[in-house]
Amino acid sequence: MAEPTRREIMLGEGSGTGSGQNLTVGMGPAHPAMHGIIRILADLDGEIIRKADVEIGYLHRAFEKDCEVGGWNNAIPYTDRLNYVSPLINNFAYANAVEKLLGIDVTERCKYIRTIMSEISRVCDHLTCIGASAMELGAFTVFLYMIKAREFLWELVEDVTGARLTISYGRVGGVKADLPEGFDAKLREAFKQTREVLDEVHRLLTGNRIFMDRMVGVGVISREETIAYAITGPLLRAAGVGFDVRRASPHWAYDRVEFEVPTQKDGDNYARYLVRMAEMEQAMRIAEQALAAIPGGPINVDFEGRPIDPAAYVDQGKQGKTEGLLLVPITLSPNLGGQDRKALERVNAHDKRVVLPPKETAYGSIEGLMNHFMLIMEGYGIRPPQGEAYFASEGANGELGFYIVSDGGDRPYRVRCRPPCLPPMAALHRMIEGGMIADLIPTFGSVNMIGGELDR
Amino acid sequence: MGVGSFFTSRLDEAIGWARKYSIFQYPFVTACCGMEYMATACSHYDVDRFGAGLPRFSPRQADVLFVVGTISHKMAPVLKRIYDQMTEPKWVVAFGVCTCTGGFYDNYATVQGIDTIIPVDVYIPGCPPRPESVIDGLMKLQDRIAVGAQRY
Amino acid sequence: MDGAAILERLRARLGSAIVETHAQCGDHTAVIERAALPGALSLCRDAAELAFDVLMDLTAVDYQKYPGREDGPRFEVVYHLYSLRWNHRLRIKVRVDEDDAVVPTAVPLWPIANWLEREVWDMFGVRFEGHPDPRRLLMYEEFVGHPLRKDYPINRRQPLIGPRI
Repeated sequence: MAEPTRREIMLGEGSGTGSGQNLTVGMGPAHPAMHGIIRILADLDGEIIRKADVEIGYLHRAFEKDCEVGGWNNAIPYTDRLNYVSPLINNFAYANAVEKLLGIDVTERCKYIRTIMSEISRVCDHLTCIGASAMELGAFTVFLYMIKAREFLWELVEDVTGARLTISYGRVGGVKADLPEGFDAKLREAFKQTREVLDEVHRLLTGNRIFMDRMVGVGVISREETIAYAITGPLLRAAGVGFDVRRASPHWAYDRVEFEVPTQKDGDNYARYLVRMAEMEQAMRIAEQALAAIPGGPINVDFEGRPIDPAAYVDQGKQGKTEGLLLVPITLSPNLGGQDRKALERVNAHDKRVVLPPKETAYGSIEGLMNHFMLIMEGYGIRPPQGEAYFASEGANGELGFYIVSDGGDRPYRVRCRPPCLPPMAALHRMIEGGMIADLIPTFGSVNMIGGELDR
Repeated sequence: MGVGSFFTSRLDEAIGWARKYSIFQYPFVTACCGMEYMATACSHYDVDRFGAGLPRFSPRQADVLFVVGTISHKMAPVLKRIYDQMTEPKWVVAFGVCTCTGGFYDNYATVQGIDTIIPVDVYIPGCPPRPESVIDGLMKLQDRIAVGAQRY
Repeated sequence: MDGAAILERLRARLGSAIVETHAQCGDHTAVIERAALPGALSLCRDAAELAFDVLMDLTAVDYQKYPGREDGPRFEVVYHLYSLRWNHRLRIKVRVDEDDAVVPTAVPLWPIANWLEREVWDMFGVRFEGHPDPRRLLMYEEFVGHPLRKDYPINRRQPLIGPRI
C-alpha cells in the first residue's frame, strides 16, 4: 500500500489513513448532535467506524423499582415518563395490562378515547423524531415547523388531560375524565394544521437532494437481523415486515377502524423516514374514524338542576345534614370537569373494586366516601389476583409491552416494561459499523431513542 | 452570594445589561424536560425574544448551563465536568423538579437535586415546567446577570 | 396454532423437562427445567409450526417476598416469545435458586438477548452462562448490589460524586 500523502492524513480521505492505527473516539453522553444521553465508543479508521460500543443507562431512574412502592394506579405518572414524547400510549398500555390481570373490560367509549388519544400521541412522537433528526442534518426549518405542529396537538392534549406532556390521563379501569366539550372541532382544526405542516415538510425533505444523500442507503440493517434483534415498529416496517400490534392483536377500537400499515423494503434511514411520514397520516385517519364512531358522541355531558357550591355542600355534610344530599346536584370545580357521574360512568369500567366513584358520590354519600377511601388509602386500593399478565400495545417506536406480576396485594409486585427502543439501540452498532462517522448522526436520529424508555 | 459579587460602577451596569441579552446557553438535556425546552425554544414561545436563542454546544463558549431533566448518579460526574469546563462568569439554571430536588424519583439511581453537585442560580420547578414558567425563570436569571450576581 | 396446542407440542417434545404450564389471562406459559432451556428455546425458534422468531422480552422476577413462595427458588427468568409467521405468543420461565443463579445464555439464538441478559444480570444478579459480554447494562461498574432484588432498599444511593443523601 502506498504511503499516504499528507493531505490524506490530515483529511482522513479514502477508506483510512493507511497507518493501520485506529483512533478511538468517545461520543456522548453529552454530545450536541445526539438528542439523548448515550455513549458511543467508536474505533475509527480514518472516517470509517470499524467497531462501535454503545453504552446506555445514563437516564436510569428506577422506573420498575418505583412502581413497586406505590399502589397500582400510582405507577401511572411513572409510565408518563417512559416515552415522554407519547406518554398517553404508555398510560393506556399499563392500565390495560392491569385490567387484563383483573379480568375487567373497559367501556366502549373508553376504548375509543384510548384509541384517539394514542394516535394523537403517535403523531406527536413522529413529528418530534423527524423534526429533530432533520435538524441534525441542518434542516432547522423543518424542526421549527414540526414543533409548531406538535404545539397544535399538545393544545388538544392539554384540553383533554390538563397537561401538555406528562399527562397521567390513563387509569386502571378507564381514563381520568371524559373528552371535553367541542373536542371534535378542535381535533379537526389541529389535524388540518398538522396536515399542512406535513405537506410542507414533504415538499422540503422528501425529494431534497441533500437530505436524500444523507439518508438513502445509510444505517441499513437487513430484514433478518432486524427480526433477530427483536426490533419492532417503524424500523421493522421500514425493513419490509408489516408487523403492527394494532393489526396483529387488535385491542381498544383498532379492529373497528380502517388503516394501512405502511411498509418500505430498504431498511435504511430514508425508508424509516417515509414509514413515519406515512404513519402520521394513518394515525390521523384512525383518530378521525374513531371520533366519528365513538358511542355517546363526542360531547361532554352538561349538568342540569340546582347548582350548589361544593364547599357549601361539604359544610352541610359536616352539620350532619346528609339526608338527601345525593339527590342534590352539585357544580363541580372546573378542575374536575369530565369526572362527574354521567361522564365517569361512560368512560370507566363499572367495577367498584377498581374505579374511583364519581365526585358527587365521593363528596355526597358515606358509601361513596368509603369507596373512595378504600381505593386510595395505603393497604387498600386495587388488588388484582395473584398471577401475571403481559399486554402489548403499539407504541410509537414499536411493541410496548407491560409484564406485571401481582402477589394479590395493593401494590405491584413487579412491573416490567418492554421498551420498544432498546432493541434498535442494541443493534445500533450493526447499523453504524462500516459507515462514516458523520452517518452516525442521521442513523441515531432515525432510531428515535427516547432515554426514559430505553433506560427506564 | 460571594463577597464582591455586587458591582456598582456604571461600566459594570452597562456590561450587565449587555450580558443579560446575550445569553449563550449550554442545554444539558437529558430527559422529558427536553421536550418543553424544545417547545420553549421554538416559534410558539420563542425564547429568542429574550436574547437566549443561541445554544452553544461547547461548554467553553457558554455562559449559562441549562440542566434540563433528571440527573442520575451515572450522569453526575459528566455534569460536574461540563460545569467545570465552562469559563467564568457562569450561571446555572435547574430546569424541572428533578434537577431541583430529584422530584418523585426518590430512589437509588437519581441525584436528589443538582445543587448537591454544582451551585445553582435559578430553580424552575415543574414536571416539566410549562414554557411560561421557563420564560419566567429566564427573566429571573437575567435580573441576576444584570447585577452580576452569581453563585460559583 | 393456538396457545393450548403450543403447550401440547412442547410437552410432547420435552416431556418431564416441563415443570408446569398455565394459561392465566390467556397468556400461555411453560415453566421449564433449567437444563432443558437451550433445547426448548431452539425448538421454539426452529420448529416450523412454532417459529418463534422474535424474543420480545427477557426479564426476571425476584420471588423472595412473594406470599407462599419465600422458600422456593428465588428467581424466575421470563422469556416472552413471538412468532411473526404465525402471530402467536408464548411465555417461558426458568426458576433458579439464589446461591446458584445461573441460566444458559440465549445469545446464540437471538442477538437481542445480549443486552437483555446484561440487564437481568445488572438488576437481579442472575448470571448467564456463556454470555459473550457480561457487563452491567444500566448501572455503573462501581455500583454494588443488584437494585431490583427485593432486599435492595429503594433509596440506597451510591453516588460517584457528591454527598450520599
